[in-house]
Amino acid sequence: MATDQALHGLDNLEVGSGAGGASSGRAARKIWAAAWPKLLAIVLVLVVWQVVHLTGWKKLVLKGPGDVLPDLWRMAHHALIWQAIGVTMQRAALGYVLAVIFGTVIGLLVARIPPLRAALGSIITGLQTMPSIAWYPFAIILFTAGTDAILFVMIMGGAPAIANGLITGVDYTPPILLRAGRTMGLRGLTLYRYLVLPASLPAYVAGLKQGWAFAWRSLIAGELIVSIIGPPGLGVLLNTDESNLDFSGTTSVIIVLLIIGIVVDMIFTQADLAVRRRRGLLDPAAAS
Amino acid sequence: MRLSNEQVTPPASQPGASALPGARLASETGITGRAGDRSIAVRLTEVSKTYGTGSSRLLALDGVSLTVADGEFVCIIGASGCGKSTLLNLVAGLDESSGGQVDTGGRRVGLMFQEPALFPWLTAGRNVELALRAQGVPRAARREQTRELLETVRLGGFADKRPHELSGGMRQRVAMARALALHADVLLMDEPFGALDAMTRDLLHDELERICAERTLTVLFVTHNVREAARLGDRVIVLSSRPGRVIAEYDVPRHGARRIDSAEVARMAGQLTDRLREEMGRHGN
Repeated sequence: MATDQALHGLDNLEVGSGAGGASSGRAARKIWAAAWPKLLAIVLVLVVWQVVHLTGWKKLVLKGPGDVLPDLWRMAHHALIWQAIGVTMQRAALGYVLAVIFGTVIGLLVARIPPLRAALGSIITGLQTMPSIAWYPFAIILFTAGTDAILFVMIMGGAPAIANGLITGVDYTPPILLRAGRTMGLRGLTLYRYLVLPASLPAYVAGLKQGWAFAWRSLIAGELIVSIIGPPGLGVLLNTDESNLDFSGTTSVIIVLLIIGIVVDMIFTQADLAVRRRRGLLDPAAAS
Repeated sequence: MRLSNEQVTPPASQPGASALPGARLASETGITGRAGDRSIAVRLTEVSKTYGTGSSRLLALDGVSLTVADGEFVCIIGASGCGKSTLLNLVAGLDESSGGQVDTGGRRVGLMFQEPALFPWLTAGRNVELALRAQGVPRAARREQTRELLETVRLGGFADKRPHELSGGMRQRVAMARALALHADVLLMDEPFGALDAMTRDLLHDELERICAERTLTVLFVTHNVREAARLGDRVIVLSSRPGRVIAEYDVPRHGARRIDSAEVARMAGQLTDRLREEMGRHGN
């Protein structure tokens, strides 16, 4: 049938053949393309650091990369730093999961129930602008100095961003999709489950990422401020090094914190990219 | 909110467009249609719709009466702001009329828009399947029906593609499959091919005609393209703008298969254009 053939011809023209699997050579080039800016950044930092060191500024305390990096290397062979990383990451995971639960539940309730929105909407935004470190005095009085206080502040820091991400996502569900969903007969909870929540996913992922950043900052600040009995976390190590005027140790812990931050950020970025790629929200030219 | 009859301005009588060869002016406003012995699928009686209140009150539709018979293909044309989309929303039950009655006799109504409005996180197949799921079709039957529906719009091999991987015409066909998944008796189409290139649009006209014939669908098709209306409609209804009123109604004679470039379509389109120009002139555009 002529129409049939014409349609298939048009379809094939417009869809094109899917890109074949990347050969190993292309994969290597891709990894290199992703890696070199980061390597360059590291080299730049080391160069600036070394130059500052050579000028002799704060000569008594400021050591160059030549002293600190070997110290970092030695530290990496001690159990102490790994234990500290373990302690901190455990707290990070627990606090973040709690923040996600609170943020998601509150976000859903606020997005769904208009009176709650009127009452809590501006409070959530306000909470987001509040420096979470300001919660510590309050948290320490409430929970006494300990992990509970830190978890509380992580929730106060992370949950509003996550709730806000979800609310934004729900608000920005395209009206045309809502019309289509209602025409299909989606109502109430099923409308939420099959349309509104999936549509909110990109904004929710953005909120999760931001929530992590806030929770992570709250955690390290907490470990610096709150003195906790038990094995030390990274913040506690920083505190000790500061007391000992250990420049090398402080710098090493900062580098460790930076690496953790970058790795986690990469995970969120990948999740974000995956969501957007599935929906065709990436510029194909930029994505390739 | 229901307006009392006094508030509804009666439809202004228009000087009738003279009947030109090739088509017969069926009527001015009024409940007519060439329903004949067929039963009525959609009946609008003196339907009005206002938005807002006070000084910002906007009368979108004013005393619109029309009927569509079962299996009939009715096109509605009009300049922008004639309340075409409002009309479809009322028939689809997405909005409440301010006055008058909309009756579809309990028929299932499907709606298609100018945008495909597919869910971008689902594949083409899953988009269709979700409509089936929303209708309560059991899981086992969904897969098979999805396949059939995609075959119907000739997209059998594209079930696993996501909307952004498809062309505009293909997306619109998935949207059509999704609308058909509702087992709708009445298909409301709001400029469904308005965003497509002419070539694709012509092909989809043929497709739509075939599908309607296969499934004996009743179609209410809104467009601002007079050729499209003349190509597809059994009947063409012209709406005035601001407020929307039925100002003319044309039966389109059918002699076998029609094409967008055939003489009779061109003649009909010419008539419709004249009538629309007259209407626009009344607004001083």
